[in-house]
Amino acid sequence: MNICVCVKQVPDSWAEKKLSASDSTLDRAAAERVINELDEYAIEEALRIVEAQGGEVTILSMGPAEAVDSVRKAISMGANSGIHIVDDALHGSDAIATSLVLAKALEGRGFDLILFGSESTDARMSVVPAMVAARLNLPQMTFASKVEVAGESLTIHRTTDYGYDEVTSSLPAVVSVVEKINEPRYPSFKNIMAAKKAPIDTLSLSDIGVDAGSVGLATAWSQVSSFADRPAKPAGTVVQDEGNGAAKIAEFLTAQKFV
Amino acid sequence: MSEVLVVVEHTAGEVKKVSLELLAMAAGLGTPAAVVAGAGADAAVATLAAHGAATVYVCSEAAVANHVVVPMVDLLAQLVKDKSPAAVLIPSSVDGKEIAGRLAIAVESGVITDAVAVAADGTATQNVFGGATIVQAKVTHGTPIITVRPNSIAPVESAAAGTRVDVALTISDAARATTVTNRVSVEKSGRPDLSEASIVVSGGRGVGSDEGFASVIEPLADALGAAVGASRAATDAGWYPHQFQVGQTGKTVSPQLYVANGISGAIQHRAGMQTSKTVVVVNKDAEAPIFDLADFGVVGDLHTVLPELTKIIKG
Ligand SMILES: Cc1cc2nc3c(=O)[nH]c(=O)nc-3n(C[C@H](O)[C@H](O)[C@H](O)COP(=O)(O)OP(=O)(O)OC[C@H]3O[C@@H](n4cnc5c(N)ncnc54)[C@H](O)[C@@H]3O)c2cc1C
Ligand SMILES: Nc1ncnc2c1ncn2[C@@H]1O[C@H](COP(=O)(O)O)[C@@H](O)[C@H]1O
Repeated sequence: MNICVCVKQVPDSWAEKKLSASDSTLDRAAAERVINELDEYAIEEALRIVEAQGGEVTILSMGPAEAVDSVRKAISMGANSGIHIVDDALHGSDAIATSLVLAKALEGRGFDLILFGSESTDARMSVVPAMVAARLNLPQMTFASKVEVAGESLTIHRTTDYGYDEVTSSLPAVVSVVEKINEPRYPSFKNIMAAKKAPIDTLSLSDIGVDAGSVGLATAWSQVSSFADRPAKPAGTVVQDEGNGAAKIAEFLTAQKFV
Repeated sequence: MSEVLVVVEHTAGEVKKVSLELLAMAAGLGTPAAVVAGAGADAAVATLAAHGAATVYVCSEAAVANHVVVPMVDLLAQLVKDKSPAAVLIPSSVDGKEIAGRLAIAVESGVITDAVAVAADGTATQNVFGGATIVQAKVTHGTPIITVRPNSIAPVESAAAGTRVDVALTISDAARATTVTNRVSVEKSGRPDLSEASIVVSGGRGVGSDEGFASVIEPLADALGAAVGASRAATDAGWYPHQFQVGQTGKTVSPQLYVANGISGAIQHRAGMQTSKTVVVVNKDAEAPIFDLADFGVVGDLHTVLPELTKIIKG
């Protein structure tokens, strides 16, 4: 089983995020950069599959030079190698460009499974996996809370509003996983040391055959025209319960016409 | 005026409220035209006409539901090419966002997800970073494809022609790449749908057990006619099903009233409820960050405050 996991470096989701005043893109310097937490579940799932069935796990990330830290973090969890797409022309790319770059980087490498997190905690679009599936013309097996590979066939539980759907496809396939699927492991000390020397292929746009003119902020098919902080909410009323807390809430709800 | 396509989500012809909201939004951008597909699509036509759909594109092919997302993308791509609509509005659900993403590639257009408003010129308003930042964005290439969050606008009853136009669809090879073999539903509670409810009563770690949800949270929800929500701490503990998780990796809700009980207000939880119009908090820790969002808060034990509150409301 030859598995690729797509991993994005994002600002720490525990930190307050900001847009950059100059070009309305994410201000990546404003918060500590970490691996998108939801991608850790995809890495964990990939490791479990190769532990059970044999094979290799490759990490693929598109992002600025520092994103290599997230590739190494993923390798320290147990992946074998990494591919890092870096190019100044990529700054400000939207999901459409990101999916193009990832698809081009994946093409022809013979992966049986391409795993994603269900969303990036910064963009929160949940569209990149579906877009990559469309571009590579592979089965879209997304929002999986369970993944089963048996020979050439794949079965997932796709999370829905009402519960889940059981969905099947052949391999190769594109899979995204939700956070209920597993509990990601911590890297062992041995793997952290090994990850420092692990092979990471650093590629530019021309290396993967993508025209620099088709990605980046200037060519994005949607543009941010303005942004502002949500106006601070006026402080509400907070009271200590002295046996009358319920009555106070009831009063408030009645005044606001909820009851 | 150009048509604005609205993707209809329905269960056997019973239209979800969010699709009616999108028809109301579409009326501000052009002439609303609904797109409904799958078993029961016929039954939806009258409701859509009554909520402003001048045209209803009906695809009765029952097999659309047997494959992940792609049949709807194929149908919309065909309509976008044939009708050159001013925009396509899609509910911001799991399926909706993925439909939007693939459609954007198929028709070479920009896509915006999770809009809460769309102005007449197509400028979309989004709440990003868990609602902390408000962004105005616009599609600058092709047909604007915009997914819209539930509860962004009220549905409007407005009788329109609702002219039915049947659209044929061949299930493509790309669609056949996935097959839905079974659908598993968690038990229906009879309560309002979480993402559409106008009142949500949520419980967190402070609720303490599944029994706590049954005896304290659900009775209050029922007294208020509300949906029940839960924090990740509560769903991870198995006290309440995952489908009801509110937050970054759960549902995003924007009700008129959100009642947060025994929830500390971690940034990932706030991401799912920050845009609620009114927030009421019950928490025994006066320092809990959730109080920052409260319009009204009580520092106290939910196990005594909530049963009493339920009693008062029930009269
Ligand atoms: C990638 C990622 C995604 C996440 N996604 C989500 C998400 O979608 N949704 C989500 O909710 N969280 C999410 N989280 C988890 C989040 O960080 C918090 O851990 C979680 O929200 C905490 O839930 P809680 O507030 O119920 O529990 P706690 O933080 O433990 O808070 C419990 C609160 O209950 C109060 N309390 C205790 N007993 C009582 C009592 N008897 N009466 C009144 N108050 C009481 C306490 O004072 C405390 O404030 C995510 C985390 C990560 C890393
Ligand atoms: N720049 C990137 N490099 C690698 N993977 C990415 C990148 N952007 C998004 N992804 C993957 O796509 C998933 C969904 O991202 P999004 O559509 O932005 O919410 C993430 O969880 C990652 O697995």
